[in-house]
Amino acid sequence: MELSPFYQDLFTSLNRGLLMSIALIVPSAVGGVLIGITAGAVRTYGNRFFRTMANCYAAIFRGTPLVIQLFVLYFGLPNLGIYLTPYLAAVLGFTLCSAAYQSEYVRGALLSIKSGQYLGAQALGFTTFQTIVWIILPQAFRRAIHGCGNEIIYLIKYSSLAFIVTCIELTGAGKTVATEYFRFTEVFSIIGLYYLALVSLAIIILKKIEHRLFIPGFGHH
Amino acid sequence: MMTDKKPILRVKNITKSFGDVTILNSVSIELAKGDIKILIGPSGGGKSTFLQCINCLVMPDSGEIELDNERIQFTRKQDIYRLRQEVGMIFQDFNLFDHLTALGNITVPLRKVKKMSKKEAEQRARLELEQVGLSDKESLYPAQLSGGQKQRVAIARALAMDPKILLLDEPTSALDPTLIGEVINVIKGLAVKGMTMIMATHQISLIHNLADEILFMEDGRIVEQGPPDALLAAGNKSKSQGFCDLLNELSEVEG
Amino acid sequence: MQNALSVVVDSLPYLLQGSFLTAGIVVFAMFLGLFIGIFMSVGLVYGNRYIRNILTVYVWIFRGVPVVVLLFLFYFGLFSFLGLNFSAFATVSIVLGMTTGAYQANIFKGAILSLPQGQFKAASALGMSDIQAIKSIVLPQILRLSIPAWSNEYSIILKDSALAFVIGAPEIMARTQFVASRTYQHLSLYITAGIIYFLLTWAGVIGLRKLEQYVRIPGYSQHGNQ
Repeated sequence: MELSPFYQDLFTSLNRGLLMSIALIVPSAVGGVLIGITAGAVRTYGNRFFRTMANCYAAIFRGTPLVIQLFVLYFGLPNLGIYLTPYLAAVLGFTLCSAAYQSEYVRGALLSIKSGQYLGAQALGFTTFQTIVWIILPQAFRRAIHGCGNEIIYLIKYSSLAFIVTCIELTGAGKTVATEYFRFTEVFSIIGLYYLALVSLAIIILKKIEHRLFIPGFGHH
Repeated sequence: MMTDKKPILRVKNITKSFGDVTILNSVSIELAKGDIKILIGPSGGGKSTFLQCINCLVMPDSGEIELDNERIQFTRKQDIYRLRQEVGMIFQDFNLFDHLTALGNITVPLRKVKKMSKKEAEQRARLELEQVGLSDKESLYPAQLSGGQKQRVAIARALAMDPKILLLDEPTSALDPTLIGEVINVIKGLAVKGMTMIMATHQISLIHNLADEILFMEDGRIVEQGPPDALLAAGNKSKSQGFCDLLNELSEVEG
Repeated sequence: MQNALSVVVDSLPYLLQGSFLTAGIVVFAMFLGLFIGIFMSVGLVYGNRYIRNILTVYVWIFRGVPVVVLLFLFYFGLFSFLGLNFSAFATVSIVLGMTTGAYQANIFKGAILSLPQGQFKAASALGMSDIQAIKSIVLPQILRLSIPAWSNEYSIILKDSALAFVIGAPEIMARTQFVASRTYQHLSLYITAGIIYFLLTWAGVIGLRKLEQYVRIPGYSQHGNQ
């Protein structure tokens, strides 16, 4: 069956947009987790100065809308003579915002580990570094993974904001077609299905990972 | 002690299974006013399910329940709500409403189910708290009460509904040994006032002092029943006798 | 920089006026979400298979589709398709309400499932009907348990309300964009808007923490029934 020109246009645009969305999501998710772990660790174990800095960072990025952060990066920084491409501004904004939320889960997980675990390891002759690598991290990772996974799901959804700083991903691509043909209900329903597919896929993968790492007593409840 | 009075509750041939497992196999019981029947037997024998079937907290698969000669239709919600109002229940783990004070726990069913005014309900609740010796604890929340106090509030809550019959599902078995006494005293007080009760318990002093009839349940059936004098008579080789000897030994070991 | 500061000072009252609309959106959305969430959670836990399936699909959609896409879909698409002439403000409030409703449904569902089974059983044993038990015993407990999660939802909805500008509701973000596009003082203006949102976020979070303390009951907190 031949698709009508409208649908041909739509799917070509959406698929191109989808690639851009993925190109936004993957580096932001990876960067967000890495910076999030660092910030979370600093917020838990850092000295007072670094702890305060990291806390401020997390509070600012968690306390303000992501759109504003994107606008500051893309439209605001040029006031200081710094020009970012739309793609770079979007990835930077997503990464910093996501990492702030991730640090919250990481910190919660680190704090939830009972002091007996440190004592037990130390009594067996572990160094501090060995204790963190072999005892604390494997536990903290399992405690944090559910929250961190949810954060990645949020990231997938909020990647739809990139079009606002003119980085044309899934939503932006669809919006162009919708405006051109004036068929909003169909276009945005189909975009919705694209996101549902992305989010559902991510949920399945995360469930698999959680399942594989499951140990009794370390569920997210 | 066995009475010829007319039964107020008649439970006939209750059967209940979960999946392939039969928990209750045609269990029957009859109660006249003032009767106290005590269920004993190994755990998993179906005592708790049976008690919960009597006021339809667990819906029987088949069987009949008659309250005051009126048959309860299991499919009619109104029948079931009425049955539950007239048959009180005391749980092993109290089940006090955790968001309400001792007083609130008693007033909430009075106001919602019996549609009493707030003032009336509070008056009644204070009366019941006094009966179980907890007048000074009315504004405490469940988390601030000891196990024995929680169970006494639960009893007061059930009694405030003016039940004709009280079902007690191992009322003392979740309690510290030091707190059992206060609950036993309250239950004995109820017996003196002529409360009609069915109680599952392993508490020897309750079995000996209160039971008009002992029913020994095992594998979902009542395998023995009779007055304690007969069943527990020295030298009698009944299952109940053996079971109570075992309980006696245990309580001696516990000191 | 002189210029930047004076632009911010001059436009501050105009920007702050937008916070009334922002607050309106958030309050409306939160209460719509609470309403939807309570009914849906009860349906998700106590409903039959069909009700549960329908509600699960609703939750799946509203948790999986980005807010911007929903805004476009409802404002330019569904509402006009249905002949409903809703303002941008109404659309944002409804869409955010339906979204937070899906999240709140899951929050309340978790809280209901975390209640010991005996609570419902004891209510039934006292002759309460299912609806009475849910109203007098289940809801008062789960609403208390849910306040911390609610405060999280508040902060998300407040931040999402900044997306209202994509369909032109004149709240804080839209007003900031309007001034910025005329004065070219993007950086200072967006930072100002960020500060306003930041203050609103923490004001709400602190308010809800106060509420939590106010309705607090011994032995009952977000850590459950100890």
